[in-house]
Amino acid sequence: MADVLNRAGGMGEVAEVAGPYEIAPFGNELVALGRENPDIVGLSADMSKYSDIVPFMKEFPERYFNAGVAEQNAVMMAAGLAKVGKIAFCATYAAFLSRRALDFIAIACAHSKANVKIVAGSPGLVNPYGATHQSLEDLVVMRSVPDLTVIDPCDAVELRHVVRAAAATPGTFYIRNLRGKVPVVFDEQDFTFEIGKARLLRDGTDVAVLSTGFMTERALKAADAARAADVSAAVLHIPTIKPLDEAAVLDVAARVGRVIVIENGLRSGGLGSAVTELVHDTGLDTPITRIGLHDRFHPCAAQWYNEREFGLDQDAITGAVITGVWSGR
Amino acid sequence: MTITDVGDRTAVTGHELRDRAFRLRQRMMAMAADKGEGYIAQGLGIADLLAVAYFRQLRFDPAWPDWPERDRFVLSTGHYSIAMYAVLAELGVLSEEDIATYGLNGSDLPMSTFDETPGVEITGGSLGHGLGQGVGMALGLRLDGSPARVMVELSDGELQEGSTWEAAMSAGSFALANLTAVVDCNGIQADGPMVLAMEPVADKWRAFGWAVEEVDGNDIDQLCRAFDALDAHPDRPKVLIARTTPGCGIPTLMARERAHFVRVAEGEWASLIEELEAARG
Repeated sequence: MADVLNRAGGMGEVAEVAGPYEIAPFGNELVALGRENPDIVGLSADMSKYSDIVPFMKEFPERYFNAGVAEQNAVMMAAGLAKVGKIAFCATYAAFLSRRALDFIAIACAHSKANVKIVAGSPGLVNPYGATHQSLEDLVVMRSVPDLTVIDPCDAVELRHVVRAAAATPGTFYIRNLRGKVPVVFDEQDFTFEIGKARLLRDGTDVAVLSTGFMTERALKAADAARAADVSAAVLHIPTIKPLDEAAVLDVAARVGRVIVIENGLRSGGLGSAVTELVHDTGLDTPITRIGLHDRFHPCAAQWYNEREFGLDQDAITGAVITGVWSGR
Repeated sequence: MTITDVGDRTAVTGHELRDRAFRLRQRMMAMAADKGEGYIAQGLGIADLLAVAYFRQLRFDPAWPDWPERDRFVLSTGHYSIAMYAVLAELGVLSEEDIATYGLNGSDLPMSTFDETPGVEITGGSLGHGLGQGVGMALGLRLDGSPARVMVELSDGELQEGSTWEAAMSAGSFALANLTAVVDCNGIQADGPMVLAMEPVADKWRAFGWAVEEVDGNDIDQLCRAFDALDAHPDRPKVLIARTTPGCGIPTLMARERAHFVRVAEGEWASLIEELEAARG
C-alpha cells in the first residue's frame, strides 16, 4: 500500500496522467511573466518544489522570497510587497493557505484589494497525506471572502492563461494550482480565458454538467459516453467560482431536465451550493445533483483510490450523467 | 508645511517635538470627548512616540500621502486609530471636519483603522498583521533600491500573536536594515494587565537578530537618542521598545486601572482636558 501511495499522486501531483501533459505550467508561465514585468515577485512557505515555483526561483532569485514554514507570514509578506507596487504570487499548499492563513488572505490581501495572487496547490483530494494536507473546504472558505476572485483551472493550458490573466488584473486572486505533470485537455490554438466567464464546451438538451477544475475533463468524457447512451449532455466549464457567471449557469439550467455539478471539493458550500442557490433563488425548478466530497475527513490514500472510494472517479461521474443518480458516498 | 526633506534631524528640537505631542493629545481628547468611551488611554500613551516618528524620523509628504518614495509607517494596532488620525490631522492630511466625525456612524474614520484612509498603510484591526506586511514592504523597497524605510508600530499585547514572531524571524533572516519596529509596551491588554509573562521583551528580539533599544516611551529625548542609536546598525532590522504609560498627560486617566477601553462619564471630559492643559505646565 505504501508503495502504491508513493507512486500514485506523490507530493500533491495529480495522479494518472494518461494523455498529453505539460510540466510545471504555473512556474513556467510565471517565468515568462517575470521576463516581461520586473514587478512580478514570487513567494512560498517552504513548498517551492511542491508548488512548481522553482523555475521562477531559479531565474529570478532576487525576486523570490521563501517565508519558511510560516504560511501566515508568506501571505503577509505578499501583501506588503503588493502594497509597494509588486504583483505577488504566493504559492504553497491549499490546505495551509485556506485554513491557517485565512485571516491574512481576507484582511491583509482581499480587503485591501492587494495585488496578491494566492496559488494553492494540492487542492481537494489531490494530496495523499490525509486530513492535514487535503484541502476539502478551500473553495467553500474562499467563496465566502469578499473582493476575492476564486479560480479552479482545468488543465495546464487554462492554468497558464489564468496565471497570465491574474497578473494583468489588479486585486487578490485565489488560484488552485496543478503541479508536476499537468494534463492538457484544451487546445491552445483556440483557447480563450476570461475572468468570471464560464465556457459551454458541449451543448445538450437532457442534462447539463457544470464542472470546475480538473473535473471538467471527466465531465467531457462522461458527456461523450452519455451520447452513446442516447443522453444529450451539455458541459459548462466554470473555472471562475467567484464571481460566478450567473447568466451562463441560468441559461443552460433553464434548457435541460437536470443539472449535475461536479467539483473536487465539498458538496456543500462550494460550486454545487453556489449553483443550487442561484437556480433556486431565480425560481427555476430544474433538479440538481451535486457531486463532490462529503462532510468527513478523508483517508491517507492516493488520489485515484480516494476518488474511487468516494465516487469521484470517471465511472461514478459517467453513471451520474447518464442516470441522474450519483453513487458517491 | 512639508517634511519631505527632513535634512538634519537634530535640527528638530525636543521642545518642538514635545509641542507636537501635546497637540496630538489635544486632538485626541477633542475627538474622544462626549463619545463616552474608546481607546484614548493608548493614544495618549503613544503620542510622544508618534511625534518623534512623524516629525523627526519619517520622510513623508502630507500633500502627497501616496508618494512612492515615502517612508511607510504601519500602524499594526488598528484600535489606536484615534492617535493615527490625530497625527494625520496635525500633518494636514485629514481636515478638522474629517476628524470631527471620528467614530460616528457613516464616518470615513472608524474606531479601527482601514487602509482607505489617506495616510493609513494597512487595515490594522486584526492584531498580528502589521509586522509581516512591513517585512514585505521592506523587501519590495530594498529590491527597488528605494531609500524609503518601513516603521511598524506594535503593542506588547500584540506580541502574543504568533504571526508577529514569524515576521520577526523572517526580518532577521532577511537582514532587513530598512525595517524598524516600535513596540508600545504599555502593560495592558483587553483582559487587564498582561495576561502572559512577556518579559524579557528585548531579549526576544535580540534572539531573532534585531538591534534593540529600550526606553521610556514618554520621554522625547530618550526616544530621539534611541532612534539615533539604532541608526548605527546598518545591517539588520531594528526595534525600539517604548515603555509607555496609558493615559499619559492626564493624571486621572493614568491612575485608571481599567485603561484598555476607557469609559468616561458624561461631563467628565471637560475636566480631563483641563488636566491635560494644566499638566503641560
